Amino acid sequence: MNFDYLDQLEAEAIYIMREVAGQFERPALLFSGGKDSITLVRLAQKAFAPGKIPFPLVHVDTGHNFSEAINYRDQLAEETGSKLIVRYVEDTIKAKGLKEPTGKNASRNWLQTFTLLDTIEEFEFDACIGGARRDEEKARAKERIFSFRDEFGQWDPKRQRPELWNLFNGRIHKGENVRVFPISNWTELDVWNYLKREGIDLPSIYFAHQRELILRDGRLLNNTPVIEKDPADQIVTRQVRFRTVGDMTCTAAVESSAATIEEVIAEITISRISERGETRIDDQQTEAAMEDRKKGGYF
Amino acid sequence: MKVDLLRFITAGSVDDGKSTLIGRLLFDTKNILADQMEAIEKASKTRNAGEIDLALLTDGLRSEREQGITIDVAYKYFQTPKRKFISIDAPGHIQYTRNMVTGASNADLAIILVDARHGVSEQTRRHSLIASMLGIPHVAVAINKMDLVGNSEDTFLKIASDYQELAKKLNIKDLTIIPVSALNGDNIVTRSENMTWYTGPTLLSVLENVNVLKDYNAEDGRFSVQYVIRPQTDALHDYRGYAGRVQSGTFKKGDSIKVLPSEQESKIAKIELGGNEVEQASVLESVTILLENDIDISRGDTIVSANSSPIVSQDIDALVCWMDDKKALKSGSKYVLQHGTARTRCSVRSIEYQVDISTYEHQEDVDQLTLNAVAKIVLRTAQPIAYDPYQSNRMTGAAILIDETSNITVGACMIE
Repeated sequence: MNFDYLDQLEAEAIYIMREVAGQFERPALLFSGGKDSITLVRLAQKAFAPGKIPFPLVHVDTGHNFSEAINYRDQLAEETGSKLIVRYVEDTIKAKGLKEPTGKNASRNWLQTFTLLDTIEEFEFDACIGGARRDEEKARAKERIFSFRDEFGQWDPKRQRPELWNLFNGRIHKGENVRVFPISNWTELDVWNYLKREGIDLPSIYFAHQRELILRDGRLLNNTPVIEKDPADQIVTRQVRFRTVGDMTCTAAVESSAATIEEVIAEITISRISERGETRIDDQQTEAAMEDRKKGGYF
Repeated sequence: MKVDLLRFITAGSVDDGKSTLIGRLLFDTKNILADQMEAIEKASKTRNAGEIDLALLTDGLRSEREQGITIDVAYKYFQTPKRKFISIDAPGHIQYTRNMVTGASNADLAIILVDARHGVSEQTRRHSLIASMLGIPHVAVAINKMDLVGNSEDTFLKIASDYQELAKKLNIKDLTIIPVSALNGDNIVTRSENMTWYTGPTLLSVLENVNVLKDYNAEDGRFSVQYVIRPQTDALHDYRGYAGRVQSGTFKKGDSIKVLPSEQESKIAKIELGGNEVEQASVLESVTILLENDIDISRGDTIVSANSSPIVSQDIDALVCWMDDKKALKSGSKYVLQHGTARTRCSVRSIEYQVDISTYEHQEDVDQLTLNAVAKIVLRTAQPIAYDPYQSNRMTGAAILIDETSNITVGACMIE
């Protein structure tokens, strides 16, 4: 039998997707346009083929996303025949009278939580499937595949349900929900190898291209009006690709000449810096940054 | 070459050097990245830990870092050219037995750490019982801190012989005992120059070479239905596919099957993976099964090979590990039992005996089970369930108990 690790990971993720469809009444797939959520969509297609994906794709748009990712999102929803729900952080800021963060490293990333929780309430979602992986970050390494959230959307690391065998307990009370992470056990490299094996196209920003960037504290950020400039910033043009595709204000580019999926895989294989460490500015503030955000209801 | 996946749990406590061992495995297989190393160096300095503390690699939550212990189950991922590994790190102290049981439930292999200075201890007995009870097929006993006992062969042989004596009382299919020093890296990834008397495999070599898929039950075809796919489009008007994962055995087109608990019979018309037809489906594969005739099947039903029936019953004997820290399990208590994709109410008929997981002694006349207790119980379910004894099929012999009001998972059951 030729059942390798990618087959094993795929079979586990499909199993989890089907558990969601079987156990919940109103699930949703949180879709960002990034490679992890693109992988999720493919897994969901495979899980329910030849039927359609039995839940909507939901995107919380900070308004600071790469246009390439947004276009890709719209096209994918159309191709898969999935219902796409988009909610905007901008609207939450206006409706709640929230103060927009300002300053050098200002980001709307944290504000996404409010929009996400409102969206969950609006559609009464009882399960939200997300593309988080345990290899990304220390707090995520301890999170369950079915991660229980109370009625305020909070994660309590000390009150996590024991998760035994492949028996996922998705029983909840009304108003509570479960975040489900089918690719918890995948690494960054697994995701890339899977995308390659499946022949999936990605938004072009994942591959090397010339781009005008802000050089700040040794990091390369997209040169966009949504990032407030600092006198110390330098504007440079480099050949880069993005390893993660999040909000532009907290996603850095890496210098690279990898123009194809094979070249990206080769580059990651020899890379000595982990994915979030290299490109996510939001995790670096304190050692427990992610843990704190998750407790507050962050994805 | 085919690269596959191995999940292993490391049992032991901080004092045994467990986190150091995992750190060492990652470090010597070049799986620690530059920025992670830098973060550890920084943290080691602020805590005055002296040398770089490899243990810091696995401590995730802030409260764990503060207390310098692992509270929850943590997962680490690394790979060698031969295999990909998922390291499951669970705390070793007795008050965290439920966490170890949780981690052990998905493990193909257990590393049991023994401090060479202390030999087989109460903790070793406890961890070994859990590994055996959870049916982990491979056990690697790492006699650690050999450097602190002068790398003595005699000490190693004495502890190894004590362990073999202990193992006789347990169900361990494949046992390897290795003298190591996690701190110095002896016999972890590279062979020790300080213990040339040892000719067995290194720890990594054991991890790389045990045969994982062979451990699953290959005989009895079992498939728990998760979801019924009915596209209801014009083109696929009559399509009715049963989505699930093969729990054991193999299913092929044309096979005679039986649906449980209803006992309806049919034949497999087609098996699909991601919408494409495949010849057959074996253990762990997530597929969709189509049957020759239209019978009533829904989530929670089990499709089995017609030639090997599981037990179908409402009366179940099980070993349970109790996980609720608020409420005790009592005779007469009612729960939701989740087995495969089926859920049914159940009540506890009796507690037969409690197992002392350190001495393995049975204690009768127990009227309730509190957190971390292990006991044999008798359950009566509202609906019959189709199961195999856990020790012959980990996939279909496992079940969890869920509290009906809090919805928390409160018990892990291994059906006998």
